[in-house]
Amino acid sequence: MANALDPHAAIVTTASGEGDGTLTTADGKPLSRALARSQRRSKRRAFLLVLPLLAFILITFVVPIGQMLQRSFYNDGFSANMPQISTWFAENPRGTEPDEAAWAALAQDLQASAEERSIGVVGTRINYDVPGTRSLFTSTGRKVRKGIEPPYRDNLLEMDEDWADPTLWAAMRNAATPYTGNFYLASLDRQRADDGSIEKVAERQQVYVMLFMRTFWLSLLITGLTFLLGFPVAHLLATLPMRKSNLLMILVLLPFWTSLLVRTTSWMVLLQQQGVINDLLVWIGVIDNGQRLQMIYNRTGTIIAMTHILLPFMILPLYSVMRTINPSYARAARSLGATSWTTFRRIYFPQTLPGLGAGAMLVFILAVGYYITPALVGGSSGQLISNMIAMHMTDTLNWSMAAALAALLLGSVLILYWLYDRLVGIDNLKLG
Amino acid sequence: MKKTLILTTAIAGLGQMALAADGEVNVVSWGGAYEMSQVEAYNKPFAEETGIKVNMIAADNPATPLKAQVEANNVTGDVFDIEVSDAIRLCDEGALMEINPDDLPAAADGTAAADDFIDGALLDCAVANIFWGTVIAYDKTKFEGDAPKTAADFFDTEKFPGKRGLPKNPKRTLYLALIADGVAPDEIYDKLGSDEGVEEAFAKLDTIKNDVVWWEAGAQPVQLLADGEVTMATGYNGRFFDAMVGEGKPFEIIWDGQYMDMDMFVIPKEAPNPEAAMEYLKFATDTQRLADQAKYIAYGPARKSSAALVGMYQDGKTEMAPHMPTNPDHLTTAVMDDPEFWADHDAELTERFNSWLAGS
Repeated sequence: MANALDPHAAIVTTASGEGDGTLTTADGKPLSRALARSQRRSKRRAFLLVLPLLAFILITFVVPIGQMLQRSFYNDGFSANMPQISTWFAENPRGTEPDEAAWAALAQDLQASAEERSIGVVGTRINYDVPGTRSLFTSTGRKVRKGIEPPYRDNLLEMDEDWADPTLWAAMRNAATPYTGNFYLASLDRQRADDGSIEKVAERQQVYVMLFMRTFWLSLLITGLTFLLGFPVAHLLATLPMRKSNLLMILVLLPFWTSLLVRTTSWMVLLQQQGVINDLLVWIGVIDNGQRLQMIYNRTGTIIAMTHILLPFMILPLYSVMRTINPSYARAARSLGATSWTTFRRIYFPQTLPGLGAGAMLVFILAVGYYITPALVGGSSGQLISNMIAMHMTDTLNWSMAAALAALLLGSVLILYWLYDRLVGIDNLKLG
Repeated sequence: MKKTLILTTAIAGLGQMALAADGEVNVVSWGGAYEMSQVEAYNKPFAEETGIKVNMIAADNPATPLKAQVEANNVTGDVFDIEVSDAIRLCDEGALMEINPDDLPAAADGTAAADDFIDGALLDCAVANIFWGTVIAYDKTKFEGDAPKTAADFFDTEKFPGKRGLPKNPKRTLYLALIADGVAPDEIYDKLGSDEGVEEAFAKLDTIKNDVVWWEAGAQPVQLLADGEVTMATGYNGRFFDAMVGEGKPFEIIWDGQYMDMDMFVIPKEAPNPEAAMEYLKFATDTQRLADQAKYIAYGPARKSSAALVGMYQDGKTEMAPHMPTNPDHLTTAVMDDPEFWADHDAELTERFNSWLAGS
């Protein structure tokens, strides 16, 4: 028999239905049941309290992001507007030569789609896979709008002989189902060959893999720089007397409160070739007027501006952890004969790790998704993957591609987070 | 899926719905000096004449909110001012109302609108209001002796030293490289349609790649020139005009190899105030209104009959005609925008352009 004072034991006995031997409340009900009820009530109240936040997150965060991500693998631009030829593709396996039935289905779909003015959507979808085919759809659409007679194959080929292109037919087959991995392939500089296998795109078209690598490498570098710059500042803040450290703290926070755009533009004023720093260097004669340094509109500009902007995210967690470190440990180490370097390395630094982990995580994740600063000061060599996502959102209006790139970015950050958890442990993270 | 979309955007759009009451029209345009010219030339007289209130909404590129609103089934704008390639594309996708040229007012001498508008200015779903040019401008104070005159000079950094400002897109850079290489304006699109032609353009761009400062927003090239960060830049002619005449900056425009575009008014199918939108569109694109707009910004009216009415800049002493992208003197080596070409090749060339940019 289990100890009656053990609450688990009490619940177990109740659940198994053995009434005797359980603790009861004053009015004779089993204690465990009364406890469960009162706990349920407080749980419900807690849930009701967080419900507004939950609904808010669901509506403004989870649902829109889910919708956006869905576009990365779901695009019914072709299949919904070209039903007959899509059915033909479903019934005939890859490799089947298009017969007259296929051409008839294609011609009728084109006509119907042109009448409904959805032909542009169809053309845009195929144009993602085979550049230069959008106008083939729209111009043929205009011609068949009035009607088209058999033989369909010959008549379509007469309008434009590009219709015989096997690459086009392969692309149409791929687009005949709304679910597609092509946008992910394109995000990794891959494409589907005519026979359905996966191949690399031509070298002059490759850009995304390189940009992903650059984004992660620069983010890592910026995280490292914020650490090198932020650690001494945080230490100073944590050890100075309150009044002085508060003043210093304001200096750290002041830029933090300033608009991001203002800070980025001030870097432009400082760093450009006709800017303050170059003027100063020329004036004191360090460099010649003709050899002004190029410090902005390139990778250097991105690194400098982003390091500055993200610095508080490193300093603040470090500072809050350093404040809690008891100075007597270091004193004890010194009194036992450790050098100041050993004391720092073996006693002080390990105790700052939770803050460092939190700061590095914050800075790295923010840097990976940074957009406005590289866009303004990055020139061409300082662009990051987020700038490509923005371009697909606003310029090419290829939202599926933007969604696929964003999903890959999100996925890789989650993987890094998981790795961090495995290697360092997420419990070792301390924000304050 | 669709339902949740509607739900979320309905919530997001609640605030804006209040705008869409009777007797109002929501116009989405590009902001800045351009929006100001439309407010002065179209909106104020329109509100005075019809009593319909015009809400002007600024966007970086109005095609983006238009597409988003159509996708989400919650259209809040009535009239959008967008580029030709976007107008054609959205029309093909069935997002826009078709516009019958017969509904548009005739010119003063009775010429029907269909004949009065310059070729290409009337589409199935869109009516052009202005022509604008992407041109080269340089800082006069930076070059002693010979001044640059041609697109080829733009690429000659030995004779004309200094950095160059170029837009970060293939559409307004590749053609310039080809023009500078001696390709005739009417052969540009044949060249760009072929692999060798694109290679040639990139090879020409390679010669100045290390001297280029890339810009993205229309205000940037003017700023870069004014700061002395570049000595020559391409940009929108209206913005350069504003800096030269409005602010007295020592810039000069080179019209050789200008790239000419139109801006189009479109009405989405689901516009909340379609009648008011159509009224606005008719009013804004009549002969007098288009000529009036040129009083505030150096963009050319899309109607032939407006040209004669274009007079002075708002300062009352600058003749506008020599600053117009449509001035015959500026058209000899001009490249017209080919929206069909770009609808087909924009995605491909943008990828190639980005790949070229990112490589060292």
